[in-house]
Amino acid sequence: MAFKFPVKSLAGREPSHGEGFEFFLRTAIPFLGVIAALLISAIILLFLKTNPIVAYSAMFQGAFGSVNGWSQSLVKATPLLLVGLGVCIAFRASVINVGGEGQIILGALAGTWFALTFPDLPRFILIPGCMTAGFLAGAFWGLIPGFLKARYKVNEILSTIMMNSIALQFMNFLLQGPMMDPEGIKAGTFLAQSARLPPTSWLARLIPRTMLHSGVYVALIFAILVYIFLWRTTIGYQIRAVGLNPRASRYSGINVPFNQMLSLTIAGGLSGLAGVIEVMGVHRRILEGLTGGYGFTGIVAALLGSLHPLGMLPASVLFGGLLVGANTMQRAVQIPAALINAILGLIVLFVSGSALWIHQIIKKRKTAAIVVALPKAAAASEETKS
Amino acid sequence: MKLNRIVTAIVLLAVISATAFAAGEKEAAASTAAKPLRIAVVMPSATTDMAFSQSMWNALLKVQAAMGGPSALELKYSENMFNVPDAAAALRDYASQGFDIVIGHGSQYGSSIREVAPDFPEVVFAWGTDVNNFGLPNVYAYTAAAEQGGYVNGVLAALLNKTGKIGVTGPIEVGDAKTYIDGFVNGVNSVGKNIAISKTWTGSFSDVALMTAAAKTHIANGAGALTGSSQSVVGSIGACKEAGNVLWFGTQSDQATLAPALTVASQVYDWEGMLNDIIANRKAGKLGGDAFVLTLANGGLKVAYNHGFALPADVKAKADAAIAGIKNGSIKATP
Amino acid sequence: MMNIFTWDVLSGVLRTMIALSTPFLFAALGETFSQLSGVVNLGVDGIMLLAGFFAFYAVFLTGNVWLGLLLAMLVGLVMGLMMSFVSVTLKAQQGISGIGLQMFGLGMSSLLFKVLVGTVTSVTGFRPVKIPLLGDIPFIGSILFNNNVLVYSAFLLVPLSWWVLEKTTLGLKIKAVGQNPAAADSVGINVNRIRYFSVCLGAVLAGVAGASLSISIANLFQDNLTSGQGFIAVALVYFGGWSPVGVLGGALLFSLANSAQLWLQVLGINVPASLAVMLPYVLTIVVLTVAVNRGKQPAALNKQFFRGEN
Repeated sequence: MAFKFPVKSLAGREPSHGEGFEFFLRTAIPFLGVIAALLISAIILLFLKTNPIVAYSAMFQGAFGSVNGWSQSLVKATPLLLVGLGVCIAFRASVINVGGEGQIILGALAGTWFALTFPDLPRFILIPGCMTAGFLAGAFWGLIPGFLKARYKVNEILSTIMMNSIALQFMNFLLQGPMMDPEGIKAGTFLAQSARLPPTSWLARLIPRTMLHSGVYVALIFAILVYIFLWRTTIGYQIRAVGLNPRASRYSGINVPFNQMLSLTIAGGLSGLAGVIEVMGVHRRILEGLTGGYGFTGIVAALLGSLHPLGMLPASVLFGGLLVGANTMQRAVQIPAALINAILGLIVLFVSGSALWIHQIIKKRKTAAIVVALPKAAAASEETKS
Repeated sequence: MKLNRIVTAIVLLAVISATAFAAGEKEAAASTAAKPLRIAVVMPSATTDMAFSQSMWNALLKVQAAMGGPSALELKYSENMFNVPDAAAALRDYASQGFDIVIGHGSQYGSSIREVAPDFPEVVFAWGTDVNNFGLPNVYAYTAAAEQGGYVNGVLAALLNKTGKIGVTGPIEVGDAKTYIDGFVNGVNSVGKNIAISKTWTGSFSDVALMTAAAKTHIANGAGALTGSSQSVVGSIGACKEAGNVLWFGTQSDQATLAPALTVASQVYDWEGMLNDIIANRKAGKLGGDAFVLTLANGGLKVAYNHGFALPADVKAKADAAIAGIKNGSIKATP
Repeated sequence: MMNIFTWDVLSGVLRTMIALSTPFLFAALGETFSQLSGVVNLGVDGIMLLAGFFAFYAVFLTGNVWLGLLLAMLVGLVMGLMMSFVSVTLKAQQGISGIGLQMFGLGMSSLLFKVLVGTVTSVTGFRPVKIPLLGDIPFIGSILFNNNVLVYSAFLLVPLSWWVLEKTTLGLKIKAVGQNPAAADSVGINVNRIRYFSVCLGAVLAGVAGASLSISIANLFQDNLTSGQGFIAVALVYFGGWSPVGVLGGALLFSLANSAQLWLQVLGINVPASLAVMLPYVLTIVVLTVAVNRGKQPAALNKQFFRGEN
């Protein structure tokens, strides 16, 4: 097994191979971070008098050891991917979107509203209608902090955190009254959930006896769309330019605030889409705990995917699998569920900490390339002299 | 490239060893062959939350002790399952592992139970709090008539009150947090003293700091007694304790340990009887189809007086009268 | 209709405001140091949780609140070292590593709570200390001068932080590192050391914030005791425009809105509770939009420093 990567040469030949190696490093090293974090967590497991090997094999088995495990991991990967794509677009424009939770809620609310208001629409209109409603509502929730940042320079970390709390209370408000399930009121249980969506709006289940639903295709399509958007369109180019060098892009006539607002709006829309897909594919109604923390874990998935739409495909499946496997491990060895968060936290710390490694390796290679290239260049200049 | 090879080798090694472990585990799992009754429960918060989840976990432990320990009844739990797809996976997983009874202890798990239960007709499913078993033959639904104990607590609070004000600290006005408080208000009003009840909702089931502040606000406004629901009320109890003279009325679990001098009584959800019924039904071949409602009359709800609190005999008599009235139907807990 | 605008209600609103603002003040002032040196620490919430647990646990075992406070600070320091190692030495994306730290703190605190304590138990935390003479002033005395030591320290920390940042060489170095690390490096300031110091100082204060929740306000520990207060604290730093006085204003405003909405509910004013709970968040955004405090962000905030490359 000998991987050979051509050294990136300063002479400019085949630079794509060098990028390929960087891409490999950027994807492989986060995985090493995951393994390192699991090793540290093994010590905690030993303190809890649990055999780490048994625990971790249950984890792996749970996530990827069966059809059921795979489908669970993919169910989780779907919202992670969508939220993460939004984080990625925003990040490319130097904006940090911490507002995923709120945007998911707004998307879910709007999609549910649409389905409950127009239950008689044919399926092929109802489903895209719900998704559009969810996307637009999420986009609106991203547009507000985006506009405040563009127009009033309100920091988006602050405003998106606040918007999360506002969205949560807005959902509470609706579920206590206007949107509360009439059946729950009739039965006297007053549960915090909406009425069930009409079956015509449900996303098809792909494998019987699992929750895997067709939303995973939607997420996949959007990953490709986002890639095309960022790398093959002018607006995408402008957004990336803003992130790479705001000052330079301002001088070259790019409207920086507008692009940042736009990226946050799209990010919101993608999170909103994640919300409505969760409703149509998994819950089939709105209920407490709907967001499942994807607004935050989506950021982590985006990081694991090196903030690249295509890198996020494997990353979101891996991270989804990690979440699923962690729960299986909890069931198998009956450790407190809180440990899962601690392990995930360590993983995030290790993975984010591995950035230096990547940087240094790339730097070393570049220096090496210079060392290789310099004598050649010198020789070439000698030749021209003589 | 030396480094490449090292990286590749490590990744491969990790993958190979992980697969090897996974394969080994599969065989080990298959060879467990004991014959105790097996119950698994999936819960939205921790088994130690002093409220909803703990009430179920304690009941299961009591059933286990009564049956003769882990050799007679094997228990497994999944806690903090606030994410519904995770809970659904857990329910399905327990069912396919051959657990006899699988409990989804949270009203948000209804649609998951509805999907999983038909695939495992030999497994008993129970879920709550709701009254809907979806017409499935292997599903029990259960709920607690929280307004009943709320009413009794209300009667007690009104009779003991000297300040003319009582505070209610709730999370979100839904589910049993709502029905308990509706019953409580009704109980206070039934006494006929002119007592002002003020309610605060913090908008969160877990925000202890805001709950504490809410309770302190009630106390500053002159409330002589407080009650409330959800796992965050431990903050309210703390505020009562700090004030030193504000009485506390608990619900879901017995909360007397948190403020032994000030807790008058707690409504306790005792799922033990219901669990025993489900186990007995299962033995008799009835795997579901019923809805259980915990009430004072069927012993599922209990009003646990705190023995550390010197409750005047006449007040206790009136509360007992209210309990008896609710039991025989002469008193309605909600208007 | 009850009379809302009585002195009693007003003093009640203000007292609740002071109590609620204490953890925000500690955490946000600490975060101010960290951010001025160029490091966004989004893990404040996790530090508050783990430190809050240890403070509670020490008091639970020994009954000594000072030991609890000390332990909370130590835990804060250790987590600060973790954060700075990952973010400064290993140059991680700060926003991401902070989220990792938060998850770790959330998980570890709940895990330790479950294993070591088991169930919710209350302890006796810091007691109010009435300041002689000042505490007897009508109205103001009961609001300002009848609190516990942690509350007083939180408010004293505001001028102290201002003094350190504006009047000492250390403060100048911190700000220089946050503005232009390469320039600071070229005049011989050890950028990494200053960042380590600032992040750790911030983390220690976040630890105190956690202790103020678990052994001063709630006097107990429970899973996710902070409910995201650490994130609000980070937001308040932006709100305060990286100045201790601004942070004080933000913390007070946010707590005032929270305290006022609780009083609205207690007094039976007919507002839907969820809309009342929204109030502090909406108000914070609105004030920040209207107020003029922009352009003071440390230039190198959230940027890794690679020596000899920038």
